[in-house]
Amino acid sequence: MNSQLSNQTARQRILARLHASGTEQTDVPDAPLPSEISLAGDAKIERLAALMSAIRAEVYIVESDSWQDKLKQLARKRGWKRVLYGPQGPIGPEIESAWPADADDLPKLVAYTQPVESFKSELFQNIDVGITSTRGGVAETGAIALWPTPAEPRLLSLVPPVHVAVLDADTIYNSMTEMMAAERWTDGMPTNALFISGPSKTADIEFTLVFGVHGPKELIVLIRN
Amino acid sequence: MGSKTSFDFDSNIDTALNDGQLRKNLRNAMDILVEKRRAIFPDSDQLQQLRAAGNAIKRRALKKLPQLLEQLEAKCTANGIHVHWAEDTSQANHIILEIMRRHEASAVVKGKSMVSEEMHLNRFLEAHGLEGVETDLGEFIIQLNHETPSHIIVPAIHKNKDEVAAIFHEKLTGTPYTEDVEELTAIARRTLRERFADAKVGLSGVNFAIAETGTLLLVENEGNGRMCTTVPDVHVAVMGLEKVVEKLSDVPPLLRLLTGSATGQLITTYINMISSPRKADEKDGPKEVHLVILDNGRSSILADPQLRQTLLCIRCGTCLNHCPVYVRIGGHAYGHVYPGPIGKILTPQMEGLEKAGVLATASSLCGACGEVCPVKIPIPDLIRRLRYESYDQEAAAVVDGGGYKKNFAETMVWKGWELANRSPLLNELGTRVAGAMGNHLPKVGPLKQWTSVRTAPRIARKSLHQRLRDEGVNHE
Ligand code: SF4
Repeated sequence: MNSQLSNQTARQRILARLHASGTEQTDVPDAPLPSEISLAGDAKIERLAALMSAIRAEVYIVESDSWQDKLKQLARKRGWKRVLYGPQGPIGPEIESAWPADADDLPKLVAYTQPVESFKSELFQNIDVGITSTRGGVAETGAIALWPTPAEPRLLSLVPPVHVAVLDADTIYNSMTEMMAAERWTDGMPTNALFISGPSKTADIEFTLVFGVHGPKELIVLIRN
Repeated sequence: MGSKTSFDFDSNIDTALNDGQLRKNLRNAMDILVEKRRAIFPDSDQLQQLRAAGNAIKRRALKKLPQLLEQLEAKCTANGIHVHWAEDTSQANHIILEIMRRHEASAVVKGKSMVSEEMHLNRFLEAHGLEGVETDLGEFIIQLNHETPSHIIVPAIHKNKDEVAAIFHEKLTGTPYTEDVEELTAIARRTLRERFADAKVGLSGVNFAIAETGTLLLVENEGNGRMCTTVPDVHVAVMGLEKVVEKLSDVPPLLRLLTGSATGQLITTYINMISSPRKADEKDGPKEVHLVILDNGRSSILADPQLRQTLLCIRCGTCLNHCPVYVRIGGHAYGHVYPGPIGKILTPQMEGLEKAGVLATASSLCGACGEVCPVKIPIPDLIRRLRYESYDQEAAAVVDGGGYKKNFAETMVWKGWELANRSPLLNELGTRVAGAMGNHLPKVGPLKQWTSVRTAPRIARKSLHQRLRDEGVNHE
């Protein structure tokens, strides 16, 4: 109660000072933004792939109807043991259908369907890979956009050491600005929205670049074209 | 460090200048950052256009500041985020303390936040038996060594890997000595993952708060910010009140300027946008999100039409990297949270000229900071203004402690200078005398101090006026 009162007082006093500051009377010059890039479909894919690869993301362009083959190939080659996914998410059923029950050489699929409270130690200790869909991509800077959902929760793309992201080529926009406007993000932002351009990294010690400091060490982007 | 009421800037500078290792570490690092920035903005016309746009976006936000903060509050509240207002750092600290106590949290995992440094939050929590755990690798290193950041973007840049190796070996029980940077990073990852998984409360700063949508935007490369804002039950974000922008569409150009200027990146690894706590059917994310809006002197800075430009700052750190003074003395010598050019203009305004006005003297006025600032803050002009206010209270000084340096002798010197330069006759007389005697002036007083470490400039025998008369003007 007391703290609410002081919060109200602080709020009023701060706002009063801001109103009294005269800032509302200033003139602001017009300054147009530099023009945006505008690329054709293939050029957008190429630019995104080139920029993201340059900062150590692995980007593969795959067939839309057989993209799981690439996933399985990577899984076998790298010896992944446990792969986390969202069964109710947009790519959940496609992953399941590509995973024959008797394939001993494929990793076990683990469903992220419980609240993190009852899943935390499993998530932090026993998962090699998290797979997510994406909302789209940005060619200008090279990035994928994620809007985590109840079906594909937030930590799916953060805690496992490898993040596999599935991106549809026709959802790659020229720029962040274009994507936000075309998809009318301002109509309602999700709990969490993310742009991701590569694996987690740091250069805090002598500018030596090291990947996977806190988030995934590897980011693999499968572009379905 | 930090809020120390007095500090010996001169002796800090001496110590720093005599630390060869420090100077080498800094020089290398700053050269890299300067070069990376140059490479990411190859087209200078485009960069100038982008800077002008960034300046206009931030100016528009300051113009509408009270309205935007209320809009942000309304939107955040509607989204389920609790909004708190703090007039000063003590209020802000107590808000966080209360949240931690309510959740019976003994520690808070922290993403990198300069505002939390400004609040001296870790020290405050420690005094209350609680722990602030820095999780950004650079911040983690210096916290282990009980230091403060020496740079606002790369906080441990004054340390080389041997020093980090020694710190880890000594402070993290059971850690073998290694100078391998990959291995050192892996050690930090292991240590901090446990803290993330256990923490009840996470804290972050805010790079941009979007009034239109009630969104808190965070920029980072490591992923510790995402951990702090996603894994614990409670997320507390702290922001200076100038961080609000009007629209979501304001963000992409500002991001381009921020990441390009700060680290020479087109985009950081993560842009993390948070608009609400965990919703009913969601599986993870904090159940409570709090936003603390801190004033701490900012509303007073806003009251002066020239000085309010200080609040355009997006904390990119590039003015530090380009500053010939910062590059030589490093961040700690400034004795305050914000070092380098931005610190020289921000700190005296927050703490008053008497306590921190001396910071404004540490500039060669070379102008580099103003030229690189992505939002076009005329830093050298503001430094000059603060220097002026240090001497003259009568010029309606607005910064606390104005005129603290004023004394009779200096006032008379400047009055004389003013007179001499207003009257052409006196001016010419003065320059003739100087021309005739200049190189034989007795080295006493300030001139002695000046020439103790510098070569005195040679004064021309003839003044420009004289030469013009004698030689005429040659329009070649
Ligand atoms: S003053 Fe300008 S250059 Fe310096 S940190 Fe702020 S935005 Fe960057």
